[in-house]
Amino acid sequence: MRVIGTSPARPDAWEKVRGRPIYAGDLALAGMLHGRIMRSPYASARIVRIDTRAARALPGVIAVLTAHDVPRNEQRMELPGRMAEATAGAVLATQPVLAEDRVRFQGEPVVAIAATTPEIAAAAADLVEIDYEDLPGVYDPIAALAPDAPKVHDSGNLLRSWHLRAGDLAQGFARAAVVVENTYRTPFVDHVYMETESGIGWIDGEGVLTLRVSTQVLEHFRDVAVVLQIPHGRVRIEGAYLGGGFGGKEDVTVECLLGLLVWKTGRPVQLIFSREESFIGHGKRHPYVMRYRTGAARDGALVALEAELISDSGAYAALSPWVLLYSLVTSTGPYRIPNVTVDATTVYTNNPVASAYRCFGSIQTCLAYEGQMDALAAALAMDPLALREKNFLRKGDRLATGQVIECEPMLAETMRRAWAGLAERRPSRAPTRIGRAVAASFSPYGRMCWTRDSASAWIGMELDGTAVVRCAAPDVGGGQTSSLCAITAEVLGLELDHVIAVGRDSHFTPRAGTTTATRQLLMSGNAVLSAARELRRHLVGAAAALLEAAPADIELAGGHAFVRGAPDRGLSMASVVKGATGQGRPVQVLEKYDAPSAPTIDPATGQGKAFNDYTFGTHALEVEIDEETGRTRPTRLVSCFDAGRIIHRANAEGQLEGGAVQGLGYALMEEIALENGVSKNPHLADYKIPTSLDAPEIATVLLESGEGLGPFGAKGLGEPAMTPSIGAVANAVSNALGVRMTELPITSERVLAALRAKRA
Amino acid sequence: MSLSFTLNGQPCATQAPDHWTVLDLLRDGLGLMGTKYGCGEGVCGTCTVLADGQPIRACLVLAAHVRGRVLVTVEGLERDGRLDPIQTAFAERGAAQCGYCTPGMMLAAKALLLENPSPSEHEVREALSGNLCRCTGYTKIVEAVLAVAGSK
Repeated sequence: MRVIGTSPARPDAWEKVRGRPIYAGDLALAGMLHGRIMRSPYASARIVRIDTRAARALPGVIAVLTAHDVPRNEQRMELPGRMAEATAGAVLATQPVLAEDRVRFQGEPVVAIAATTPEIAAAAADLVEIDYEDLPGVYDPIAALAPDAPKVHDSGNLLRSWHLRAGDLAQGFARAAVVVENTYRTPFVDHVYMETESGIGWIDGEGVLTLRVSTQVLEHFRDVAVVLQIPHGRVRIEGAYLGGGFGGKEDVTVECLLGLLVWKTGRPVQLIFSREESFIGHGKRHPYVMRYRTGAARDGALVALEAELISDSGAYAALSPWVLLYSLVTSTGPYRIPNVTVDATTVYTNNPVASAYRCFGSIQTCLAYEGQMDALAAALAMDPLALREKNFLRKGDRLATGQVIECEPMLAETMRRAWAGLAERRPSRAPTRIGRAVAASFSPYGRMCWTRDSASAWIGMELDGTAVVRCAAPDVGGGQTSSLCAITAEVLGLELDHVIAVGRDSHFTPRAGTTTATRQLLMSGNAVLSAARELRRHLVGAAAALLEAAPADIELAGGHAFVRGAPDRGLSMASVVKGATGQGRPVQVLEKYDAPSAPTIDPATGQGKAFNDYTFGTHALEVEIDEETGRTRPTRLVSCFDAGRIIHRANAEGQLEGGAVQGLGYALMEEIALENGVSKNPHLADYKIPTSLDAPEIATVLLESGEGLGPFGAKGLGEPAMTPSIGAVANAVSNALGVRMTELPITSERVLAALRAKRA
Repeated sequence: MSLSFTLNGQPCATQAPDHWTVLDLLRDGLGLMGTKYGCGEGVCGTCTVLADGQPIRACLVLAAHVRGRVLVTVEGLERDGRLDPIQTAFAERGAAQCGYCTPGMMLAAKALLLENPSPSEHEVREALSGNLCRCTGYTKIVEAVLAVAGSK
């Protein structure tokens, strides 16, 4: 292959280094208004009175909207985009666009303002009078399950439970020579994409409400239409390049508020969330409490797992039930365990809404299952790598859900290669302690099987021999668009710069679904591959006729068509396209890819096929800990994954590197500090993420099993790249201290407390 | 107020409200959208531009500050149709993913290289430590800056 697997500069990179991409907040229109959202300062309160009269009287204020101005004041919270009829126990929860009589979390939108300048919009907000009356709230998911806990919703605080049952737990534990039990805890964390939620909207000449927004999900045009009670076709979403997404731009962010302001004023409106709004106003990663009890036989074979997972959904459902399902399926880790009982529950509280964030529930469990592996190894006096290798899933093995792993997971190789990459162990020298560990992982790529996921793509040839790809796949920065170009260039034998991908638009490009769930390479990649192959067939047919040769003997390469073995008798692609047109052959193709589907899993036992396939990989990490200050410094991280097939090497490495550092932040420094549901650190000055000085030296190793379901055997890497990070950090710190670390973030205070507890 | 300064190699004379920051001036006043808002409190470095060769946080500095100074934004890195080596290195080495921190990051790197043409890796990491990136893990950014330094 000429293009696939290489690292050409991405077409979008040349624009990005010139500062030229028009992000969602970069467009301004004549007569544009500026939106501003007033949000609840309280986590749980009744709205007694809202008086907007003074604000509306301020010159330059065009609209001051409350719940009463919203035609249908509910956003549906279900999997965005295409949804099948079967939803494994339908979870249909809603969230108001603007709170009416009650607020359930700090940051909940209450009033939407549009004014001629941002300054006037701010002044108007000062003039709106809102009287709140405190309501009792609940801020801990376990406390929220108590019968007398304050109810966040009338339906009660239990949002959803899932269960996994395999084998016979009692028999399993009876065979165990060692049993380890630990409770693991993870915090609320924020995506911290550098671009806050933003967009601009206007009504175009056809009366279509058009929103140009930073979103991973163009299909939210439907949510806007439902809220405004207008036909779906009258709302269009144009996806700008995103300044990062990580799942935080998967749920509706600005869309409904912006659509409402545009629709009510009839004027263009820009809405950009401040960093503080971004912190308090959109979904977070779910905190989990995970109680794990794991048994192993004397030879190290895992025999039983009993686990209870409780996640904090915050004030609304968002995607919590589905995030929890990912946790359930991944709760065993990438290991064969014959006897498994897992109960997982997600609970409403008056904390921030939790929803999608890179790894989507499959990362919290890694802290637990990999912590258990090292704890078991210690209990068995066994090498932790040997214990893993003995239990790793292999091709043909079954997950606890009964699903057969049909690809070669290459887990042992990812672990060996990652560990080897750490090189020699340095001795600890007071006050510095060195710790090293691995964490293996698995994460799905592509959506749950029963969603019957699909994606479409269109490719057309221009008369000069260049190709245009149209596919509505939002580009969050991972190189989604450039991968589609690379696949097209490969199949059609074109130079990469002769393939142009245009637009990500709900109305003008074929629907490709969401850039979430590590699905775009699998879904849009396969749709583009299929379209490119079909187009190739027509071009080869045209070239064969022109060159008077058999189609089977035609090759396309370097922007030319020629008879195999005779590149000098070649035709330019421009001539081929003109010939094809003259011969009446199509030079534009639309194709659709359907992911394999399966019935829903059994909600009582978790048995069934939840996902089509998984990506497997390992992190090996070395840390230095100063036992006087408690500071943990990651010094070297090796990330080894089976990519299936590398489409673009630098993009793939970039996912591994970026995912690792995002995970190090989660493990070591990040936490939304809440006091009764109110954030104490909604600013980047107080919520720290890793800088270039915090990031360690990172080595990446990419394997290619060729056994993925994506184009050319590729798997997805976006989310899986982050999954092992927190397990590796907790295990490396535990290794250094000789104490099992079970709670994130592993701050200096926690390290010092662990050392004190050990000495005591 | 009226302001005269040099912007990306050209003289610039313009008007701006007193309360505007350099970020407001660039984006809302002059339509130069390459400089980005990230936090509005000088922490993330996304809005970094150069004033007299020094990196400044455009969101914190009042527009009046640029009077008489030489300002360089991402739009001014390319001269006479030729990309700055830092731009080429970022594009070719995969240092730009979502691209949102890229303008500020490149200008911070540019300021470093103006002052220290042969920085060590640690010096690069120190110089960039005020510019947050959530996509790359910094590996390819640091590599790109070192590649430019090494090629001189």
